[in-house]
Amino acid sequence: MAVKYTEDHEWISVDGDVGTVGITKYAAEQLGDVVFVETPDSGSTYKKGDDMAVVESVKAASDVYAPVSGEITEGNPALAETPETVNEDPEGTGWFCKIKLSDAGELESLMDEAAYKSFCEGL
Amino acid sequence: MAMNSSGRRTAPVSASNDETHTVSGSRGLLQREDLIFEFGSTKETGVDLPEPGGKPDRLGGVSRSRDVELPGLSEPETVRHYVRLSQRNYAIDLGLFPLGSCTMKHNPRLNERMARLPGFADVHPMQPQSTAQGALELIDQLASWLTTLTGMPAVAMSPKAGAHGELCGMLAIRKALEARGELDTRRRVLVPASAHGTNPATAIQCGFTVDEIGADARGRVDMAELREKLTDGADVAGIMLTNPNTCGLFETDIREIADLIHDAGGYFYCDGANFNAIMGRVRPGDLGIDAMHINLHKTFSTPHGGGGPGSGPTVLSEALAPFTPVPFIVRDEDGTFHLVEEDREEAEQSFGRMTAFHGQMGMFVRALSYMLSHGADGLKQAAEDAVLNANYIQARLKSVMTPAFDGYCMHEALFSDAFAADDIETIDIAKALIDEGYHPMTMYFPLVVHGAMLIEPTETESKAELDRFCEALESVAQRAASGDPSMKAAPMLAPIRRLDETRAARKPILKWTPPEPEAIAAE
Repeated sequence: MAVKYTEDHEWISVDGDVGTVGITKYAAEQLGDVVFVETPDSGSTYKKGDDMAVVESVKAASDVYAPVSGEITEGNPALAETPETVNEDPEGTGWFCKIKLSDAGELESLMDEAAYKSFCEGL
Repeated sequence: MAMNSSGRRTAPVSASNDETHTVSGSRGLLQREDLIFEFGSTKETGVDLPEPGGKPDRLGGVSRSRDVELPGLSEPETVRHYVRLSQRNYAIDLGLFPLGSCTMKHNPRLNERMARLPGFADVHPMQPQSTAQGALELIDQLASWLTTLTGMPAVAMSPKAGAHGELCGMLAIRKALEARGELDTRRRVLVPASAHGTNPATAIQCGFTVDEIGADARGRVDMAELREKLTDGADVAGIMLTNPNTCGLFETDIREIADLIHDAGGYFYCDGANFNAIMGRVRPGDLGIDAMHINLHKTFSTPHGGGGPGSGPTVLSEALAPFTPVPFIVRDEDGTFHLVEEDREEAEQSFGRMTAFHGQMGMFVRALSYMLSHGADGLKQAAEDAVLNANYIQARLKSVMTPAFDGYCMHEALFSDAFAADDIETIDIAKALIDEGYHPMTMYFPLVVHGAMLIEPTETESKAELDRFCEALESVAQRAASGDPSMKAAPMLAPIRRLDETRAARKPILKWTPPEPEAIAAE
């Protein structure tokens, strides 16, 4: 189950036709302490690149973009009460939502782990 | 100490506790101040009125069944509480206020005197117009200064502050698109990445979608990206741009931006929050702008922040002038003034009304007083001095701090956190500046610069004061560069020490609750 990354620091881990989405460790570190997360509602649909979620830290409020197009099957209910999960485990229990992909071909344009790592080093 | 995944502490470091404690909790003449709920008593009151008797109870069954339990204080206790609180406030009347994007300039006392003249201070918005001719003439005169300074034919005076002015401009654009029959097709508003947050919010509020344009390496609008976004521009309603922008830089391509947006059939909204940098030097009308709000409370020295209501008159181009909101003032042939209150006849195409009355009268008086006391040449010099002061700060600090962009700035100097050691963040620098007796600069804004620090000294400050501020900030910057760990605990000398902002945001306590009875008994 390969994890793919966007230039906007979202990750997506696909299992079958459902992808789990979150923000990367790099993004979580840049944001600093996360204090609020708004995850998308189940059943809502997004096109790749749409504003999908909001993450607010002590420094800034940022939009999280949909890494692929599809329909939300689940938001992470834990983040409402414990937004710090995003800092503690951004690429694990700090996931934002699960999305049912409408076009698996869109994954092709995303970066793999090595490519994302070198992308971050260039920032 | 809890750490997050990046090893950053999630709570501030508490300083080593070597302070001298006092019995009273006061420190020198800085007196201890508790919440009013903590020292007020529900049994006391500062007023002594006789119980009303002999009146029938007309409240029926809805009279209060128990006390409201508000804290009561005697009159001297009340006065002292608020005076002590006011003494802890930092204000422009206490010292330099370097907040970028805020234009915290001195509010001349002459303006205050004028605004308190009974004819202005006591005017009522509903009194007959024939009895308020002087007030109407003042608004008309101020409007004429604003249209002259901006080179625009019309101005809506009623918006109450900057974002309200933005709403006014965008509603005028919306109405103009509706009149062209293109409101359904033109939905997209272009907004640069460095824009004030209110710009995209206003566009969304007016029902548009926001399309972000990136900044180029010079901190200005990426023209290649703009052209690309306009290649199929039939759905573009307009652009919202700040000039000078929030990086404190003049958008040098602004004429070309205006031409591109007009060729695509859209309108040009300019956020005028930074007009202080260009007034008297550049007329927005000449730049091809269709709508721009002016913050009287920034550019024209009317009080703001905690000090008073804002005021955001919005100038409109020939193309948008017919859609000006009501009410507006018309001068009749006999020299008298009347208000156009309804969106018919003289205001047939007006987009409607934004406010109950005519705007912030008190701010109008202050702004016109500022204009008349400065004169046209004085306003121009104020803009030039504001730019000079910001460049002085940038030039003096660039050896110890990292300017975000090359070259001269306009009215504000922007630095990134690149000069600071890895452990030291922008917030530590801001907090250390509090110990030096200054309000911090704007931090982490604009978002396009890492750990941004934005400093706007305004023209108000003398060279001597700028030097004192620079010396303080220089020393803080040097400590930041060397990674001085004590900065993590700053401010050490302020009445309240570093707050745990993370915990406050995650677990806010928004309401005072009385202590448990057991806790009181145990004391």
